[in-house]
Amino acid sequence: MRKRMFFILVILLMLMLNQSCEQSNFPLHLEIPYIETGVDYNEWALIPAGEFYSGQQNNLGKIDYDYEIMITDVTNEQYAKYLNEALKKGTVKIENNKVIGYYPGERFDGHKHEQQIKAGYWIYVPLDEPGVRLKFNGEGFTVDKGFENHPVTMITWFGANAYCEFYGWDLPSEMEWEKAARGTDTRTYPWGDEINEHLANYNRSNKLIRKLFGLDSGITTPVGFFNGRKYKGFQTKNAQSPYGLYDMAGNVWQWTRDDYPDMSDRFMRGGSWANYDYNLRIWARNSSRPDYYAINVGFRCVRKASQKNEVN
Amino acid sequence: MKFFIERFHFLFKSTKGLVLVAIAMISLVTAIWGTLSGPLAEWGIKDVTVRLLGMKLTPVQREGRIIMLYHAIAMAVMAIEVYFITSIVQMKKHRQSIINATVTVGYLCAMIFGLGFAYFGYNWTFHGLFLFGLSLIFFSGILLAEALWPWRKEYRVSNLEYAHTKKGVDLERVAFFALTLSALGSAMFGAVAGSYWGQGHQTFLAENLIRIPYKTPFELAVIGHLHIMLTLIAVAITLVVGRWFDFKGVFHKIAMPLMIIGIIIITIGVWIIVPYRPIAHTIIYVGSVFIMLAALMLVIYGWKKLIHDRLTEQGIAKAGLWRSVKALLHDPIKFGPLWQMVFMNFTVSGVGIFMAAKLDEIFRVWPLREERIVLTGHWHVLAGIIATIILMYYADIVGLKGKIRKWFGWILIIGSDIAFASATLFSLKRLFVKQYFQEPFTKWSMLFLEIGLAAVLIILAMLLLWRLFDLFKKEGVWKKELISPKLEASKTTVLPGVSEEGKQ
Repeated sequence: MRKRMFFILVILLMLMLNQSCEQSNFPLHLEIPYIETGVDYNEWALIPAGEFYSGQQNNLGKIDYDYEIMITDVTNEQYAKYLNEALKKGTVKIENNKVIGYYPGERFDGHKHEQQIKAGYWIYVPLDEPGVRLKFNGEGFTVDKGFENHPVTMITWFGANAYCEFYGWDLPSEMEWEKAARGTDTRTYPWGDEINEHLANYNRSNKLIRKLFGLDSGITTPVGFFNGRKYKGFQTKNAQSPYGLYDMAGNVWQWTRDDYPDMSDRFMRGGSWANYDYNLRIWARNSSRPDYYAINVGFRCVRKASQKNEVN
Repeated sequence: MKFFIERFHFLFKSTKGLVLVAIAMISLVTAIWGTLSGPLAEWGIKDVTVRLLGMKLTPVQREGRIIMLYHAIAMAVMAIEVYFITSIVQMKKHRQSIINATVTVGYLCAMIFGLGFAYFGYNWTFHGLFLFGLSLIFFSGILLAEALWPWRKEYRVSNLEYAHTKKGVDLERVAFFALTLSALGSAMFGAVAGSYWGQGHQTFLAENLIRIPYKTPFELAVIGHLHIMLTLIAVAITLVVGRWFDFKGVFHKIAMPLMIIGIIIITIGVWIIVPYRPIAHTIIYVGSVFIMLAALMLVIYGWKKLIHDRLTEQGIAKAGLWRSVKALLHDPIKFGPLWQMVFMNFTVSGVGIFMAAKLDEIFRVWPLREERIVLTGHWHVLAGIIATIILMYYADIVGLKGKIRKWFGWILIIGSDIAFASATLFSLKRLFVKQYFQEPFTKWSMLFLEIGLAAVLIILAMLLLWRLFDLFKKEGVWKKELISPKLEASKTTVLPGVSEEGKQ
């Protein structure tokens, strides 16, 4: 009996190791069905100046200027377009299968665990890592089929910041992001206080989304996916924020711009497809060094209310 | 009526009954609340639990709820340790009764009303009763400290094999006493910060603040509080296991001073964390080394004793390595607690040291949420290890014998260790596999985690069901335990003149 149990245990362990090490068979680039959401990802939403409730404890915050924010995360298509333009202008270059660009550096306080961000070339996006949906064919960038309107991922904070700056915009501050997600009341999620798989792409909706794309693993959804439409039997609910933004909870974490003293980490907001619901609460934060990239991290930009939408 | 009175006497007046009630309460809470997170939540069982019990889980209160849940379970664990201590450390019977009664009412209040408040609609009367429960537990701690006062003449050691001072003061008793004092002060450390709740102190989970360079004094106090309380719970069970094994001799004489010094140093380290945070960590590390060395002495002594006792039983005077290992593994219930202490080094201390050494190189390169998983994972594992040690001691107390003892012991050890190892591997997954490929690894490690935990919970449920059905028997095990309520593990040597009352 003991021998049998030991044998079963060894088999299970071997299975686990085998399954875990199957990465070599995984394709670097995927093709998935393109899903049209009907949401225009070139649109911006106006966030008026004024007070709002910030954080879990509902502290009263105030932003005393109007600003605009993208209604969706930046897509693969938008980022590829940017890279092509930036490549022509010479603001990015490719080295060792990485897109890199210049960053002027920032103040280093010498605090424990703080990473020094010196002036120089920093990574924007790796090109040879699994999960990257952008391809470089020697002349320009293209996007894996089906991923055009998915949020761009595997982008470092440097890459996100460079995109926004390229067009004269900015990454949102944490406060700007929070107000845009929450409006002026004390809701937990951009659409209200309840969450389920029909409202956002997060851990719980993984099964449905995998089925939709015919994949084995969790994945991003096209930006603006949760808008009340039905996709091949998957009924979504309209999950817009009070100002009409999509994907402010779930899908991908979003980089924000703040550079706090004594730390080099940049904060991310919104939670992602890989997270449990509590990470999608408006005040939930994640953080990492600015050269970090991941398959569940993206971004969107803000601009002054008076600026013209130059990307259109 | 007699039926109920007898059983009430067993469950609430005998040590074995009190431990059984507390284990049953923790098991019940674990079984129900375990469905609210992890895979069970994913499978939709959370929704069923919430609907059936009428729980009100507003997302904004999540952190507060978790804090109440931690307290509810921790208070019951502390009560179990208090029952053990009052039973195995010599003290007057009336002191034992008062301490046990106070801590029992305390933890039941804290558990029932704390969870009632947090999960069933925020009734503030319940919150008040939760605090009342905590206060009673604190008061029982004061009574325990008084009862443990080590400098009473009647508690001096007569058997010189136990660690003692020149004047015969029992150093193990001093360790229990220091532990109790430290727990009282450390509880206050958290309570003072908690009392400012809404007045500058806000609810938070420590793991969410790990990368924030500046923390408020309240936040530091709470972080210190939660760390030291878990440490002290671990130290308490180590001392209890020492008594269970009748820890004595040269190893005992080395271990007890180390334990006392370790408790004092760690306590100082934590208590000064608010004003002297940079040095506090170093002091805590130093204290931990003392305590871990003391635990090592216990493990060496205990394993030697297990081998020796088994070989003597078999009539073998000299044995090779294989026979010695077989002898060591003969009784899983006794091998288990010490093994779990060793295993802890791989899943808790080892991970902690590795993290500290490679923090900037590895863990701060990962996003906050990943670092957070490692941290919460490793202290959940520590709490789980403590729980398994308590269960093994309880299995010994209730007298599991023969094959049932072996099955119970080995399933508990193997099941929990598979679960803890899987949890550790899961939390460190980015060391082995890239994020893009981590899903199969996550799936399999979670599967093993669930299998391990399920095995432990099934045998625990079987044990508790047996005890539950036993209560309906006229002459069940409970009756024997009521008649003979003493735990086996108490020092056999008492100074002449000290009555049995003094011993129990």
